[in-house]
Amino acid sequence: MDSCMAGDLLKETFPEAVRDIEEFRRETSITVDAGKIREVMTFLKENEKLCYDLLLDLAGVDFDDRSPRFMIAYLLHSTKFNNKLRIKTTVAEGASLDTVSDIWLAANWMEREVYDLFGIIFNNHPNLTRILLPEDFVGYPLRKDFPVKGADFDQPLQVCLEEER
Amino acid sequence: MAESRYMTINMGPQHPATHGVLRLLLELDGEIIVKAEPHIGYLHRGIEKLSESMTYPQALTLTDRLDYTSALSNNLAYCLAVEKLLDINIPKRAQYLRVLMAELQRIASHLLWVATHALDLGAMTLLFYAFRERETILEILELATGARLTPSFIRIGGLASDIPATFLPRVKAFVEDFPRRVDDYETLLTENIIWKKRTTNIAPMSAEECIRYGVTGPVLRASGVCYDVRKAYPYSSYEDFDFEIPLGSHGDVYDRYLVRLKEMRQSNRIVKQAAEKLPDGPFAAQDAPLVVPPAKEEAGRDIAALIRHFKIMQEGFRPPCGEVYASIESSKGELGFYLISDGTNKPYRMRIRPPSFINLAALPKMIEGQMVADVVAAIGSIDIVLGEIDR
Repeated sequence: MDSCMAGDLLKETFPEAVRDIEEFRRETSITVDAGKIREVMTFLKENEKLCYDLLLDLAGVDFDDRSPRFMIAYLLHSTKFNNKLRIKTTVAEGASLDTVSDIWLAANWMEREVYDLFGIIFNNHPNLTRILLPEDFVGYPLRKDFPVKGADFDQPLQVCLEEER
Repeated sequence: MAESRYMTINMGPQHPATHGVLRLLLELDGEIIVKAEPHIGYLHRGIEKLSESMTYPQALTLTDRLDYTSALSNNLAYCLAVEKLLDINIPKRAQYLRVLMAELQRIASHLLWVATHALDLGAMTLLFYAFRERETILEILELATGARLTPSFIRIGGLASDIPATFLPRVKAFVEDFPRRVDDYETLLTENIIWKKRTTNIAPMSAEECIRYGVTGPVLRASGVCYDVRKAYPYSSYEDFDFEIPLGSHGDVYDRYLVRLKEMRQSNRIVKQAAEKLPDGPFAAQDAPLVVPPAKEEAGRDIAALIRHFKIMQEGFRPPCGEVYASIESSKGELGFYLISDGTNKPYRMRIRPPSFINLAALPKMIEGQMVADVVAAIGSIDIVLGEIDR
């Protein structure tokens, strides 16, 4: 099964959810509606002609000049048919997206990372807390409007011990 | 306050057996682990953010600092992604040298792993043997790249330079000698009754669980799933080499150990073939003058070449708009780079798919219900590097 097949099947099953199918450098990306993400993902995983059972990657991207602002890209791999497929969806600032961490447990930490660095909320996530940055960190560093040198570069370092909280 | 039956202990971030700055919160019922929660981020340097303000050639140096035990593999993964974006072809000689170096690096990384993993479990002797061979590899790599830890030698479009004449004889001497050394390691551990008792049936993961958690690399293959990027999506001419993918069956710490030892033997085979079949030719792409800087002699002779050199160093180059994902099988698992270009000379977004990060997410599943003394064995068996987890 190649990934073009996935596009046709998705279009057939969810005609209203598939927005766009593009191919670049022999990689297929399918953009789907954010509201239908769980149905689409469950379909891609369960359908026996596709069997995308391994979630390889989940990346957030901030397109600060576009609307909706954020894009989430899921990279799937099928261990049965040995091919990859990228599913993309868009999220507006302040909006949220349904979690896929119960479909693939791998998404648990990846979604936490996207939340940590982009501030995108995943509905029904079991433990949506910061993962790489400290809990009291302010801001979302991978957003394009966050300065590379850090928001508090000129301020003295605040030290707060756990027992003083 | 109500007495809790459970005791919470804190392991790390300063703990020799957590292989870096990993902190684990363990909830214990006696000696049994009820709940484990890894806390990471102590080494977060914002590499993904930093790369957005650097040109493509500059961002290469950041990749060395991901998995610092196999920096050349990281260089390779990043270069493959940028080259895919640029759509340029790499000469065979460069591809073979990349494979040779990446496999030497895999052996070095696995040697470091087996040495420290055995040390964690009390088998100290192996450390001295494994570090001896690792030292030989680092010397060989230093001969070509000039650095031991952060070589940045694999460049976009090929390599930084050709190899010196003394390089291949030393590689050949090493590959002749190395299988015997692995036999030596095996006499110390494989049938060792203490080693087997410490590792068999410890932290097992079934094939289905591994796939659900997205685990890749030796941990996945120890559970019997044959997924190796070198075979599944061959890159850099891996299809020219004859090698096998070692598989385990139980997915426990012992099987992961066996898989990695066998992988070292297979890597040795690949290095041998690459050294024997190494073709002549250029070490960097010839048809991409805007990407590959001119040779030093040319820049000294020709003013246009000198200008081109400065343009590449200062401004970099502008790949077409688009997005690509390229991945390699690093010593830890699938290392991928997802690059988005907006047509400027800096990556719009560089997402790193770190194998250790995703493999570590499965650690709580592995150790819950196990004894506290086996946590060290479980952490060692995933082979994590915090530089890559925290980025």
